[in-house]
Amino acid sequence: MNSLHDFMEKRAFALMVGILLTVMVGGIVQIAPLYYIDSTIEEVDGMRPYSPLELAGQDIYVREGCYTCHSQMIRPLRDEIERYGHYSLAAESMYDRPFLWGSKRTGPDLARVGGKYTDDWHVMHMSEPRKAVPDSVMPPYAFLATTKLNYANFGAHLKAQKALRVPYTDEMVRLAASDIETQVNPDADDVDAFLARYPKAQVRNFDGQADITEMDAIIAYMQILGTLVDFDEYEANIKDNSR
Amino acid sequence: MSNNVSENSSIIKRANGAIIPIGLICILGFVWAVMVAARGVDPVIKPHAYMYIFAFALAIFALVYGVTKDKFVYNPYEYDDSVIKAGVIATIFWGVAGMLVGVIIALQLAFPQLLYSINLDWLNFGRLRPLHTSGVIFGFGGNALLATSFYVVQRTSRTRLAGGMWPWFVFWGYQLFLVIAGTGYLMGITHGKEYAEPEWYVDIWLTIVWVAYLSIFMMTLVKRKERHIYVANWFYLSFIVTVALLHIVNNLALPVDWLGAKSYSLSSGVQSAMTQWWYGHNAVGLFLTTGFLGMMYYFIPKRAERPVYSYRLSIVHFWTVIFIYIWAGPHHLHFTALPQWTQTLGMVFSIMLWMPSWGGMINGLMTLSGAWDKLRTDPVLRMLAVSVAFYGMATFEGPLMSIRTVNALSHYTDWTIGHVHAGALGWNGLVTFGALYCLVPWLWKKKQMYSVRMVEWHFWLSTIGILFYITAMWVSGIMQGLMWRAYTDFGFLEYSFIETVKAMHPYYVIRALGGTLFMLGMFLMAWNVWLTVKGKGDAHALGDDTPPAKKPSVSAIPELAHNLKQGA
Repeated sequence: MNSLHDFMEKRAFALMVGILLTVMVGGIVQIAPLYYIDSTIEEVDGMRPYSPLELAGQDIYVREGCYTCHSQMIRPLRDEIERYGHYSLAAESMYDRPFLWGSKRTGPDLARVGGKYTDDWHVMHMSEPRKAVPDSVMPPYAFLATTKLNYANFGAHLKAQKALRVPYTDEMVRLAASDIETQVNPDADDVDAFLARYPKAQVRNFDGQADITEMDAIIAYMQILGTLVDFDEYEANIKDNSR
Repeated sequence: MSNNVSENSSIIKRANGAIIPIGLICILGFVWAVMVAARGVDPVIKPHAYMYIFAFALAIFALVYGVTKDKFVYNPYEYDDSVIKAGVIATIFWGVAGMLVGVIIALQLAFPQLLYSINLDWLNFGRLRPLHTSGVIFGFGGNALLATSFYVVQRTSRTRLAGGMWPWFVFWGYQLFLVIAGTGYLMGITHGKEYAEPEWYVDIWLTIVWVAYLSIFMMTLVKRKERHIYVANWFYLSFIVTVALLHIVNNLALPVDWLGAKSYSLSSGVQSAMTQWWYGHNAVGLFLTTGFLGMMYYFIPKRAERPVYSYRLSIVHFWTVIFIYIWAGPHHLHFTALPQWTQTLGMVFSIMLWMPSWGGMINGLMTLSGAWDKLRTDPVLRMLAVSVAFYGMATFEGPLMSIRTVNALSHYTDWTIGHVHAGALGWNGLVTFGALYCLVPWLWKKKQMYSVRMVEWHFWLSTIGILFYITAMWVSGIMQGLMWRAYTDFGFLEYSFIETVKAMHPYYVIRALGGTLFMLGMFLMAWNVWLTVKGKGDAHALGDDTPPAKKPSVSAIPELAHNLKQGA
């Protein structure tokens, strides 16, 4: 080892190559298999790509740095399961680019926040957090309710994800903008077709305003979180899921 | 040739060779920025387009002006110190800015009712937090690494920095990266990966700058006048080359539009998480550790005027630290949906990492053998020594926290934040301060700093600030972790989440106080450096006949180290 080092210590390029080879080992062993070992992500019924409005909401979630204070990863520990619900499955974040598991819970975990609170509560809480929760340290997001969602070209977002092999169809890409309008309007003509494309999506006017705002998008995203997999039917202990 | 610098002082060379490639890069960037400004698809990217246009136009103008007026001349037998001076100033600027934002967000968590405004989206924690982390890690830390690596590689290789104009391209290119990234966070432009928040077009720019940085460093090593590559340079090189690898792989993404800001990560879910923490933990390992160990291996021996304690130990801990660090990432993902085998590998290697880390600490501290008395009188050496002690503490705490059962408690809490700051403030902060207090008088040819008393104050302000910070975070982190898992006698969860948030308040106040003390120390340093550069107080100018930075004797350390190896 000493003579090998002595060789590299006198040759800059040998040293650089030596360093590169040394640091590549760990990454290759840990990352590469995750792409081809089947058991990394088991197939779970119910998971589907986000609807355009939900995806727009997730974009806002990323933009505002929500992940700096909220995790979306429930660990299989007794208190977490009782506080937040079933532990998170790998499949549940398979459409998150990037992943949003988070690293710090200044606020609670949001992996299963969907359906826990009403839309009205979300609007009030996000506009003035301390009105809803007096001891909260969360920043206010009232501007989301007054900012119109910019969605005319939202198909481009689905198209980019499709290029990354997210199973969006050409039809979904084409209808992205109109699907956003449909999801906030339960009286729209194509609600059934929309729900066929995005099962379990929630269709209503989320923020109660006539305009389609960023608040609609973020709440649509909040309300779908953790609700796609039906845990009454999910069997953690069958052979396929206990690898 | 190297033994008498003044003999060659009349030799002049022109650095025009680099003008054409640098000019081409600037023109290409300019064209893209103009297209974005004219046809950009989202409104937030336009301010960035204008900033790029302004920066590249300025660069092109400077290049043309410099060539026509014959400004790019240098003496190849002198060290290139001008870019290092700029790096020192940039380090201090970003340190002040980054720490100020840190104190603001600490106060936001302590007093949320006071420090938010309903109408100011950019003032929210989620947008300011990456500004703080990038400001201190990449602004303060990155510029410190840039400046010291350029200084050290020249002295220990006894040759001028390679590349003519390229070091200036790297310096200004890096500042442009920082400004675009930082203003982007405020506008909500982020890729959403911690410590890798800049979007694709900022990442590409940083890649160009970084490849230039690596090339300069390598070519300087190649033309060195010393037979051996000095130990500090192994560490700097490992930092530069590995950060390039980490940065490129972790930021692979597909833009929604080539004229827009938003992109989606190439990997998703589990793979995205693993790649991110492979990157994230090695931003700690290869940026904040090996880079700064390079600093330690030059400035401690220089300041203590003692050779490195053990050459053999530096070889062993160098190769083991870079090999093992890379495996440690999954300890950020314990109990998650990442496969258990990966988590276990991450834990095992994190625990193994304790030993090489302490090898580095021992090598740094024991270099003071025979010079311990200087710790009493020289606050700069004391800063350097205490930084190594904090390095040792943080690298003991890290392996401890990577153990799965400990991590079950510590993960998602402030304990992690405290751990990071023990390393960042205690190790990276203090070692940088120590190195800068050495460098400033050397670079500006002054006898000493304007005020050594002020350095003494800086030392105590920072040390006490760090202690407030980390003890507050230990208590709040462990307390919150325990509260989350507390059960009543009836088997119900004892605390609602918000009760655990409320309990954090006093510790958040103490943390903000600690951060403020640390920041005040940084302000003192900025003032002290400014007055030293101006030659006030004790910072007398040295006579031209004894420019210490150019004495060949500065290369004595590699020889000393080598002699030790030979048993001399």
